[in-house]
Amino acid sequence: MGILEVKDVNKRFGGLQALGNVNLSVAENTCHAIIGPNGAGKSTLLNCLVGKLIPDTGSVMFDGQSVLGRTPFEINQMGISRVFQTPEIFGDLTVMENMLIPCFARRDGSFALHGIRSVFSEGELRDQAEQMLEEVNMLDKRNMHSASMSRGDKRRLEMAMCLVQNPKLLLLDEPTAGMARADTNNTIDLLKEIKEKRNITIAIIEHDMHVVFSLAERITVLAQGTPLVEDTPENIKGHPKVKEAYLGEAA
Amino acid sequence: MFGLDKKDASLLLIVAVLVAFAPFFLNPFPEGSAMAQFNAGYPDLMQRFVIFGIFAIGFNILFGLTGYLSFGHAAFLGVGSYAAVWMFKLLSMNVVPAIVLAVITAGVFALIIGYVSLRRSGIYFSILTLAFAQMSFALAYSVLTPITGGETGLQLALDDPRIFGAATTAEGNIPVPGFFGLEMRDSTELVFGNWVFTFNVGYYFAAIIMLISFYLSIRIFRSPFGMMLRAIKSNQQRLNYTGLNPRPYTLAAFVISGMYAGLAGGLMASMDPLAGAERMFWTASGEVVLMTILGGVGTLIGPVLGAGLIKYMENIISKINSDILHSWFAFLPDGLEDVVVTLIYPFIGKGWHLTLGIVFMLVVIFLPGGLVQGGQKIAALFGRKKAKEPKNATTEPAE
Repeated sequence: MGILEVKDVNKRFGGLQALGNVNLSVAENTCHAIIGPNGAGKSTLLNCLVGKLIPDTGSVMFDGQSVLGRTPFEINQMGISRVFQTPEIFGDLTVMENMLIPCFARRDGSFALHGIRSVFSEGELRDQAEQMLEEVNMLDKRNMHSASMSRGDKRRLEMAMCLVQNPKLLLLDEPTAGMARADTNNTIDLLKEIKEKRNITIAIIEHDMHVVFSLAERITVLAQGTPLVEDTPENIKGHPKVKEAYLGEAA
Repeated sequence: MFGLDKKDASLLLIVAVLVAFAPFFLNPFPEGSAMAQFNAGYPDLMQRFVIFGIFAIGFNILFGLTGYLSFGHAAFLGVGSYAAVWMFKLLSMNVVPAIVLAVITAGVFALIIGYVSLRRSGIYFSILTLAFAQMSFALAYSVLTPITGGETGLQLALDDPRIFGAATTAEGNIPVPGFFGLEMRDSTELVFGNWVFTFNVGYYFAAIIMLISFYLSIRIFRSPFGMMLRAIKSNQQRLNYTGLNPRPYTLAAFVISGMYAGLAGGLMASMDPLAGAERMFWTASGEVVLMTILGGVGTLIGPVLGAGLIKYMENIISKINSDILHSWFAFLPDGLEDVVVTLIYPFIGKGWHLTLGIVFMLVVIFLPGGLVQGGQKIAALFGRKKAKEPKNATTEPAE
């Protein structure tokens, strides 16, 4: 039994079968990649995991509990953190404030009325946030206005915001999309480091094969809404079905 | 000081000093001089400055922090006024129970209206609040006449019960609101040559409450709660995926700002014990939006400045008439004098809205951050450059 179990999930948008009988099992403490050509249903699948979409049929179990019908914040509180395709951060806030919000969310739950207490009297959370910023090499930027940072920095900040919550499962939606090669390599190193240091399960959706093959331990190939094959990276590389899905039948 | 950092503490201190010495600042011109009509240091207007300041501070907690633009905040002000007047009628002329009930009633109203309106965001939220406020106005104006006094408004009467106080004074008049014996309308005058400074009990009472409200608003701005509210304005999607539920946060902000409005309404009734439905009319809701934007949305002091400016213009510019204009421009040749007066006339007296409109446009176009941004620009002109230079040197280039 994996930490995340997707069983017979179907999702239809009008006449389009976005997901058809998807079965997926992500084992604990592994890095599982989901790849597939455009329109394969990768993002739809991800949205079904975090509560943005509800599948028409099937079940999604996380850590022994169903996530279906729960809101995104409830699912996050269960231990799933998500990194978006384009970095979603609190642009009007400073880097430090961006980091403190997930710390508060983890400690106090989905709502807490902190009357007139000062943010900065919360020393313990501050330490946590600073430590995490140190880990992603952003401590010197803590007082920066986060909207004014480069895209690579925003991505690192978003990653740090997810990691500071100590999630059981980290979902990455094309974390290196639109990044320069150097930034991509930095991200790969960062993710490798994270995986070594913590007990964390990572599910990653990615186009960039370089990223996929440097990180993933298992790969699921999705095509037209259904999983084609699931195997180790070595076996996926030369798999005829995968080539067919990506390059068309003629190849 | 009081758990504030140095910058906030000095801001609070400056506001406290300004408010304490307002009777002097606002009366810079000697009595009887040509400029005396620009004096704003009379009790009625000074009370309005601080009361609308409270209203705008509260509105800014919702609009400035969460970005939810409520177009019906005057409803809470009106509800607060009615609640306070009812307290004067039934209980006693002491302002404390009246204000407490005003705040609680407005809070309950805000909870109900907010619970429904906050199901939507953006323009739909604004329209929902506007609809609720206009419904409240209609209820107060006609349907609920026994409670609200309808068109004439709710007034005190000689035969009110007032169970904890005298129904009438010894002279057979209706008693006036007071704070444990201090009557709100009491004033002392300080005559200093040609200058007359008025110190009014009601003003100082409202001013102290305003300072407390201002202090609380600073604490809310700097609290984790305030940070969450700013996060809602910044990126609600990220907040959701960070495990936080935006709904209770926005509702709490809505209720708090409704309670501020109720407090302002209660204070208004305490200064002048009557309440009318026109306080809930949509133009009154629009006014507080203008105040906040004019002063600076999301800034601490901005709403207070905006409230002051609008109330000053409403009361001072509207008092200028054509005779006064003629006396100002008497030095010009006759024909020219008439031309100048004709040109300026539409902007004064009842036309003060026109002046307000122009000021509002200028501020929004040239100072989108409101009067506060104007102040910062002026401050930057005067010798703040030195402080900036070393900071630039240490800023790291973006990757």
